[in-house]
Amino acid sequence: MNLLETVHLKRYFGDTRAVDDVSLSVAEGEFVSLVGPNGAGKTSLVNVVSAYLKADSGTILFRGADLTHASVTDRVKAGIARSFQIVNLFDDLSAFDNVALAIFSRQGKTVNLMALAHLDRDVTAEADHVLAQFNLSAKRSELARDLAQGERKLLDVALAYALRPKLLFLDEPTSGVSTRDKGQIMDTIASVVRGEGITAVIVEHDMDVVFKYSDRIVVMHQGAILAQGTPDEIRKNEQVAMILIGSADAFARKD
Amino acid sequence: MTGTIFVIQLLNALFYAAVLFLIAAGLSLIYGVMRIVNLAHGSLYALGAYVTAWAVGGAVGAAVAGTLGQIGLFLLLPIGAIAVGVLGAVIEPTLLRPLYRRSEEYHLLITFGLLMIIEDMLKLIFGGTPLTASNIMDGLGSISVGALPYPTYNLLVIAIGVAAAVGLWWFVYRTKFGVILRAISQDRRMAAALGINVGRVYVQAFAIGCFITGLGGAIVVPAQAAVLGMGVEWLIVAFVVVVIGGLGSLEGALVGALIVGIAHVAGIQFFAEIELAVLYLIATVVLMVRPTGLFGRA
Amino acid sequence: MANAALATTGPRTGPSTGRLATVAIIILLVLVALPRIVDPYQTVLVTYGLAMAIAALGFNLLLGYTGLLSFGHSAYFGAGAYTVAFITRDLAVQSMELCILGGLIGACVVAALFGFVCVRHTRIFFGILTLALSQVLWSLAFKFFWVTGGTDGIRVAYAKLTLLGGMINFAGPGSYQRFVFAYYYYVLAVFAIAAVVMWVIVHSPFGKALQAIRDNEVRAGFVGIPVRRYRWIAFIISGTFTGIAGVLWVPLNGLTTPDILYWPFSGELVFMTVLGGFRNFTGPIVGAVLFNYLKTYAVASSEYWQLLLGVVLVALVLVLPSGVVGTFARLGRRFARRQ
Repeated sequence: MNLLETVHLKRYFGDTRAVDDVSLSVAEGEFVSLVGPNGAGKTSLVNVVSAYLKADSGTILFRGADLTHASVTDRVKAGIARSFQIVNLFDDLSAFDNVALAIFSRQGKTVNLMALAHLDRDVTAEADHVLAQFNLSAKRSELARDLAQGERKLLDVALAYALRPKLLFLDEPTSGVSTRDKGQIMDTIASVVRGEGITAVIVEHDMDVVFKYSDRIVVMHQGAILAQGTPDEIRKNEQVAMILIGSADAFARKD
Repeated sequence: MTGTIFVIQLLNALFYAAVLFLIAAGLSLIYGVMRIVNLAHGSLYALGAYVTAWAVGGAVGAAVAGTLGQIGLFLLLPIGAIAVGVLGAVIEPTLLRPLYRRSEEYHLLITFGLLMIIEDMLKLIFGGTPLTASNIMDGLGSISVGALPYPTYNLLVIAIGVAAAVGLWWFVYRTKFGVILRAISQDRRMAAALGINVGRVYVQAFAIGCFITGLGGAIVVPAQAAVLGMGVEWLIVAFVVVVIGGLGSLEGALVGALIVGIAHVAGIQFFAEIELAVLYLIATVVLMVRPTGLFGRA
Repeated sequence: MANAALATTGPRTGPSTGRLATVAIIILLVLVALPRIVDPYQTVLVTYGLAMAIAALGFNLLLGYTGLLSFGHSAYFGAGAYTVAFITRDLAVQSMELCILGGLIGACVVAALFGFVCVRHTRIFFGILTLALSQVLWSLAFKFFWVTGGTDGIRVAYAKLTLLGGMINFAGPGSYQRFVFAYYYYVLAVFAIAAVVMWVIVHSPFGKALQAIRDNEVRAGFVGIPVRRYRWIAFIISGTFTGIAGVLWVPLNGLTTPDILYWPFSGELVFMTVLGGFRNFTGPIVGAVLFNYLKTYAVASSEYWQLLLGVVLVALVLVLPSGVVGTFARLGRRFARRQ
């Protein structure tokens, strides 16, 4: 059974078809990349599945259950987590507290108002472990707002990862950082995700990254799925190359 | 007889609504343009009332009336509005401008501080006894509604309210300055990028908002005495008006003022004890159901 | 790092419990010794200050930790105070503990009702909603004089009250002196408990969740926190704390009037919290005590005390936006870094 299945999912903004009749399946353990030119609807699709946006029509099935109308928190509970393209953190909390909060939430401990958070050894150990996995141990006590952009991107992913999701959406995890840092950040994220066998759907522009890490690539154009396949299949697809003109060079360089 | 009382009550409601509209329109204009909720707004209204009462009802009024007669008093009436407008032009650049980048808490706090200052300044300057400008009202006499006399001045206030509503509508929707105001209220950064001097428009808008409110105080004071604490009291009613109509909306201020005016008069007639509570509850229900009010936008 | 104990939202992960406890114990010892050092008038002033500090602590759970500015906390203070007035007058309750229990329930119920409505919104709409609802209570207290005594209010005579389940009463000669002395310790004890409870709350997982909501409500939802429900719970706790302050305040004042329900009183609560600094746990406590002194002396020294307070508030907003404690903490950090 597929982990996620969207059936004829639609979301329009006036005349703009942000998500246009998308039927996408993601199998357990897959690493799927969503690619396409700007405005192709990649982020919109992630937004609709993660409940950031409502679907106009269509169905979202997750592990067989209909989550089309489920709230954000219910989808998180069901096992869907996401990171954000524009970093979305708790800026006045430390890096540690950011991660710890996600763990408290996952364990249902945030209802507890008569215990001191920092005395919870389980959560502390796990939060420290997550920070270490994302190379953020040195920044443990820094406020999120004081971190460098690359570190903030990592922390954003760490926050979603700490929820131990069954399905993790990563919305452009390397956007806005220098090319030099890009590879390192992506390696870090990929090693964690791969290492833990988490099913991941990543929105990414950098075709190097996409080809390197994906099991399957889904190409979107004008809100709809244009093509999908293994990295090799997509590499050979000329229509895709035409759509991703800017990235066509990247194809060439790679070969 | 019932018909007469109904007409009189309706006129009372319109009178109340006219004054409320002026206060609420000022509050809404300031919020719409600069996103500041001005807690001192009621006190500015009180200031307008005091200044006019002091000028018209006091020695100045007596002197003017001596030479120009009743017309002189009418010429003096707007002095409260002008005084408040000038004060607004001073307050905006000195106290508010440093705070636009800060969060709303600070807007509320500084205007709350301003409220405390103005309230006590009124006491300091004008003393604790109520002031009136009733000589204007007395000079106009009354007309008869059915068999009962009704003060002519109240009709004048209603007329001023209508004129102000029309004038403001024309100003906001038909003049170049109105276009600029609306542009800034939609998107301040875009307006600045288009070369609009936002700083200057802010002073002007704040001063105009204060002027309208001061005018409310100026026209109410021939009919009702200026007393300490009136500002604090009216502010909350003005809040109810803008909440019902929608913060930042001129049409909302008008419709809200009419609703509250009628509810107020009906409340006093039929359920005096819970009249105020009902007003606040109306505001609460509107906020729950439609947080942007009847005419507001998000 | 001398001020690390003061800065709860500072960069460290866990609060330095040892240092904080040391500072707290020193302050507590000073407060315990205070009535033996200063005259009864000063003791009364500090008692007022401590009662208000509980209100400010409650208020700041919303402002500082949840990011919601209430302009209607007079309602919960008043709910506490009027509950005491009603049960002492109509049910002949004498025990202060029963008064606290009653006021706690009264404030909690009002906060739960009002909060349910208010937390549907944030920012300015939240502020106006809290304001409008608090004025509903005010107008009822004002108009239903046969129940509430109208502007005359309701008397609550200290002499009729007993503390600690009747162990301490204030009958007979010299009773006021005895009341001032005993009641100071009583309020101090309640304050100490309230402060510890609030400190635990803001450092609990729930408290962290509130701070997350304050910083970024969207992301808070995406880590699975039910934002609106948590805001509501925070609102109820906040209102209840403020209600307890109202309960403790009544016997001191001897009278409860609609003035404590009127919205400028809510403004004073905001004022004292910002005076101390709402980004610190200790800020509202210091602010409440300071404000109480400031107001008392302003009222005593001038008919125009509001003017003085207004000028202080404007200056505070313009010059010291992080409040007294916030400013000291920052200076302390800068000093520590230089060393």
